[in-house]
Amino acid sequence: MARTLIQAPSSVRRGDSFSLRVLLQHPMESGFRVGAEGQVLPRDIVRRFACSYNGERVIEVELFPAVAANPYLEFSALASASGTLSFVWEGDHGFVHREQRAITVT
Amino acid sequence: MTRWLLVLAGLVATLPCGAEPPGDGRRSGFAYMGASTQAMQLDDTLNPGMLWVLEGEQLWNRRVGAAGRSCATCHGDARVSMRAVAARYPDFDSALQRPVDLRQRIGACRQRQEPGLPPPGEEQAQLSLEAYIGLQSRGLPLAPPQDLRLQTYRERGRAFFEQRIGQLGLSCADCHDQHAGRRLGGSPIPQGHATGYPIYRLEWQGLGSLQRRLRACMSGVRAEPLAWGSPELVELELYLAWRARGMSVETPAVRP
Repeated sequence: MARTLIQAPSSVRRGDSFSLRVLLQHPMESGFRVGAEGQVLPRDIVRRFACSYNGERVIEVELFPAVAANPYLEFSALASASGTLSFVWEGDHGFVHREQRAITVT
Repeated sequence: MTRWLLVLAGLVATLPCGAEPPGDGRRSGFAYMGASTQAMQLDDTLNPGMLWVLEGEQLWNRRVGAAGRSCATCHGDARVSMRAVAARYPDFDSALQRPVDLRQRIGACRQRQEPGLPPPGEEQAQLSLEAYIGLQSRGLPLAPPQDLRLQTYRERGRAFFEQRIGQLGLSCADCHDQHAGRRLGGSPIPQGHATGYPIYRLEWQGLGSLQRRLRACMSGVRAEPLAWGSPELVELELYLAWRARGMSVETPAVRP
């Protein structure tokens, strides 16, 4: 079970842009490093991050082996109606992690 | 006059709360970091160390062993019972008749509930508990105990700090007392005050303990690192805690 730190406002004014910050606990093993016994450590990275709001895509990000462990992303969004933000991280070895946050538009 | 005020304002701006110098020239490693790394430490939603704190909070409440007890069963709410505890360690353990650091103290407690648990090392669960307990002392001054039984151990730690080791023939004091503030390669040499452990180190891309840091320093001067959990390392930790007494705890700190 992966751990995340997500900063999203619980309520925003209609039409105002707000920032979203997400941090995921993940080793982001590049696949180029060598372990203590000389064997190559298999690649284990997050390949894709996506955020959508009420089913509409806000951002989609591709990640590569050069990204450091515990990837942090910051982006902004606009909301015109109350709803749910959903975040999904997908990676190697079938890694999937989902989070949700509700936002009230006033 | 205006120029002095500006300088003063600049100083105040670069020293956010939690990392103020005690006014005697001692500076936390925080003061040597770039602005972006400092911002990372000060904002709990940016600080990756908080991921381990979250895990530690869950472990605190997880029931283990035959009796099905958690840390919280005996110690209650960590925010109350563990306040200022990390600021006190290493402390003298009356049962073992020797000083123990926070890791060994947590390990002994866990082994009592879960017999057969290996001695604590650099496992993620151990680091998470240390980070969670350490957080309960954040902002409080490091307060090493005045216990006289610790005196000889602390003196031995000090002797190790000042002793030249390794093929490079450097002591801890050579770098962190005499050359602190200067540069080694491109990086500033901090005064070596252990105020924020376990730390999230960008180079490690993960959380690590003071013992990991000390052992890395030893192999850096090409000495044979002391064994994990060895009495000598605890003595060194004792001296470091005394050397940094009164400075604010920053756990979980971020370092480059």
